[in-house]
Amino acid sequence: MNLVDFQALLPLIVLAFGATALMLQIAWVRDAQLTAALAALTLVLAALSCGFAQEVAPRQVTPLLMADRFALVFCSLFCLAGAVTALLSADYVRQHGDQPEEFFLLLVLATMGACVLAYAVHVAGLILGLELLSVSLYALIAYPNKSILPLEAAAKYLVLSGAASATALFGFALLYAATGTMEFAALGQQLNITSTSQGLLLTAAVMIFAGLAFKLSLVPFHLWTPDVYDGAPAPVTGFLASVAKAAVFIVLLRLFLEADLFRYRILVEVTGLLAILSMLAGNLLALLQTNIKRMLAYSSIAHIGYLMIVFMVCFDPANRALAVEAAMYYLIAYTATTLGAFGLLTLICADDSDRENIQLQQISGLFWRQPVLASLLLVALLSLAGIPLTAGFIAKFYLVSAAVSGHNWVLLFTLVVGSSIGIYYYLRVIYYMTRRPEEHPGVPETKSGWRGSALSLVLIAVILWLGVAPESLMHYLQSIL
Amino acid sequence: MSMAVLILLLLAGGVLAWQSERINPNLPRWVALGSVVGSLVFLLLSIPADQPVHLPNPGNPNDWMLYLKIDWIPRFGIAFELAMDGLSLLLVVLTLLLGLIAIASSWSEIDFKPGLFQANLVWTLAGVCGVFLAVDLFLFFLFWEVMLIPMYLLIAIWGHENKTYAAMKFFIFTQASGLLMLVAIVVLAWQGLASTGQLSFSYLDLLGLELDPRLGYWTMLGFFLAFTVKLPAFPFHTWLPDAHTQAPTAGSVLLAGILLKTGAYGLLRFCIPLFPEASMEFAPIAMGLGAAGVIYGAILAFAQSDFKRLVAYSSVSHMGFVLLGLYAWNQLALQGAVMQMVAHGVSTAALFMMAGALQHRLHTRDMRRMGGLWHQAPRMGACAMFFAVASLGLPGLGNFVAEFLVLLGLFAVQPGLAVIAALGLITAAVYSLWMMQQAFQGTPDEQRKMPDFDTREMLAMAAMMLALIWLGLYPQPVLDLAQPVLDGLQQLVPGADTVTALETPANNLAGGGL
Repeated sequence: MNLVDFQALLPLIVLAFGATALMLQIAWVRDAQLTAALAALTLVLAALSCGFAQEVAPRQVTPLLMADRFALVFCSLFCLAGAVTALLSADYVRQHGDQPEEFFLLLVLATMGACVLAYAVHVAGLILGLELLSVSLYALIAYPNKSILPLEAAAKYLVLSGAASATALFGFALLYAATGTMEFAALGQQLNITSTSQGLLLTAAVMIFAGLAFKLSLVPFHLWTPDVYDGAPAPVTGFLASVAKAAVFIVLLRLFLEADLFRYRILVEVTGLLAILSMLAGNLLALLQTNIKRMLAYSSIAHIGYLMIVFMVCFDPANRALAVEAAMYYLIAYTATTLGAFGLLTLICADDSDRENIQLQQISGLFWRQPVLASLLLVALLSLAGIPLTAGFIAKFYLVSAAVSGHNWVLLFTLVVGSSIGIYYYLRVIYYMTRRPEEHPGVPETKSGWRGSALSLVLIAVILWLGVAPESLMHYLQSIL
Repeated sequence: MSMAVLILLLLAGGVLAWQSERINPNLPRWVALGSVVGSLVFLLLSIPADQPVHLPNPGNPNDWMLYLKIDWIPRFGIAFELAMDGLSLLLVVLTLLLGLIAIASSWSEIDFKPGLFQANLVWTLAGVCGVFLAVDLFLFFLFWEVMLIPMYLLIAIWGHENKTYAAMKFFIFTQASGLLMLVAIVVLAWQGLASTGQLSFSYLDLLGLELDPRLGYWTMLGFFLAFTVKLPAFPFHTWLPDAHTQAPTAGSVLLAGILLKTGAYGLLRFCIPLFPEASMEFAPIAMGLGAAGVIYGAILAFAQSDFKRLVAYSSVSHMGFVLLGLYAWNQLALQGAVMQMVAHGVSTAALFMMAGALQHRLHTRDMRRMGGLWHQAPRMGACAMFFAVASLGLPGLGNFVAEFLVLLGLFAVQPGLAVIAALGLITAAVYSLWMMQQAFQGTPDEQRKMPDFDTREMLAMAAMMLALIWLGLYPQPVLDLAQPVLDGLQQLVPGADTVTALETPANNLAGGGL
């Protein structure tokens, strides 16, 4: 490896050094504020270093990692999302755990795992990133040690996610047995000439797909989602719903693109089927929830369902560029929006350790008590519902454009039906927020510091900016491909 | 540029009204009033004096009164493109005038957060003006959706007892149909890309596109559904009675007066001209829905005991005439439809203001608990009588001209449907007079004390009366304003020339002043 290789991997190196520095700092002096600030600084620096890394992109560093602009865009996105999560959880973790410092160390490691996934062009890279991400998440979910719910969530996630990883790993092993390679691109070529039986390949495909679909919580692999989202501390849920999913989606998309798996019609149709199931089931189940975290969990299932439409569109190579561009935009918009929604939940339950279950009742009249925080939730929900002027609308417009250009009418129709159902449960939250003071007696007052308000304003600005002036980002994403 | 300034002026007025609440709770309504009056004056000043004399071609930017195009998202050929012609001008002026009425009707009604209330009201006006001015389909869709949010908040926060249900239903109906329209818009733009090689969402570029008949028909349905839900036409009207009844007075005035017109405007401006063949093929069904709406709305209106609900169902009936007029697609019927948009806007706004005033005084909308109000509040009685007969189509008032023109035009195309729709005039008389009798005549309840209209309310009522009389006696200026636009749109739709023979009597009729 030479200097240019290091430059290409600069974000990962910054993260690794940051993690080490955090560890030393914690050993030296325990100070939650300092650790949070250092973690946020590391993550922001890592995001900035993507700019330097881009100068040498695209560059393959070892067979495992590919530093192209596709990877770097998401690397910086994940780092920024991690930084937002770190800032959000600064107050929260102090209230909910005894020794909050390691929380931030784990967060940096999890972000690093997500970044490795963005870089991965090799099965080994994929597994490394996936495990770094998942193992950090187990600990992050269980971190608040004052209540039982996070422990239960972490145990569930550990067992199920471990099984999913093992399944995917077994699938990759079978694939390796059939093709003798683990590089994505080479895999695609080997699949053409391999003499292995169809049955073995099919088994491998099913296992890999099931493992990754579990991480994406696509229906019917979604059963863990509501419980884990509900039990996990709110900032971690935000991270889990945005970064962890986006990273797995990116690596799945990259696997399909590099190995050109889109030529297998059956595989693409399976993704289409999962998309339809996720859109419908996610939205319908979200209707029944009165707990906002569970509602957002189901809504995230539906959103990944919308996103899976692009796999079906990619079937026709002529539409592939637009579809990938749509997926990238959707992921960025979705990450910003989800962080906003869960960020709000973090901020309003930061000051009270036993109010982790956010019921609709508890945000009643939030508009009149906490206008800035309520505006963040309003903008985030409108963005999730896909109302114009928000990031979510442009993202949905992208998906509709992609699906129209691919003539995927069934998927489009499901998208329309799903979004229409979705409006109801997003609106219900908005309705509760705008209830008049006399309609909700006995809701305790919530306080938020200037930091929470400032962070909310930044997130609102980002969501609106992506929705009002999307051209520069679109232009950039278009130039990547 | 002046159109963008108009919308900005309203948006800024809303923000100002919202924040002015901190200084004094009475200030927001003055700020709102000032910003709407300011926008109106600004609009009237910025209309160019010289109009093109030739038949305008909507596809040519120079044939519009005002035209503005700023690149917005070139990646998809989307521009911030606004344009105004006589039709948009008419509707924008109506919007702003009814905005004034709405502010007047809520002058002393709102105690809770008056600043935010007035802000939402003015923002709704801004959104509706955007709908009437946007000619980029993406931008149009944006305004179409965004105007719902302040309206939703008006109903959900300041509405009456069943506001949650009503607000949700209103939002979901319009959103779901709006999504179908979004898909249709994208399909249309992609067809444009396929046939011209240029991706554009501009109305001007997409007019006259050659479409595969089957695809064109489905795409047209996407637009049609969104617009008829908003109109609303039978059987998509069920959100309307709830939303109108539960909304605060100003909200009902805006909903009935303006928001319904965006549906009619969409059909006239976009749905029919963009898909001429498909629309003409579909016209019999659309007209059937229109006639059904006329009769069904009238029958349901008669069955109501809630004052606001009755007026709401009468809107369904009256908007049926608009649908009939639009799909008859000849000069007379189109003029009638445009007249109906204006006249119904004014007369229904007045009736909702009346309903709001009654509820404010009596704390009920139930007509069975009214009766004999004329004795206690003679001014209110007289105003109600005036607008009731206007709504039933008394000759000499605007609504008569509108419905008569529609029927005349429709008779040339579908005599059978014209006969059915004409029955609507009789049923309208039944429910309007029934409403008057229930609420204002009979024995008064002696226990009841209620103040009559004050000067502010009488001023608003008098303005609307004058407007209706003017529309009824001398509709020519309104018709002249819309006529070139309608002619321009008509030439885009071939095969609808069945009624050119009627053109001469039409001109005579209109020239005679009716």
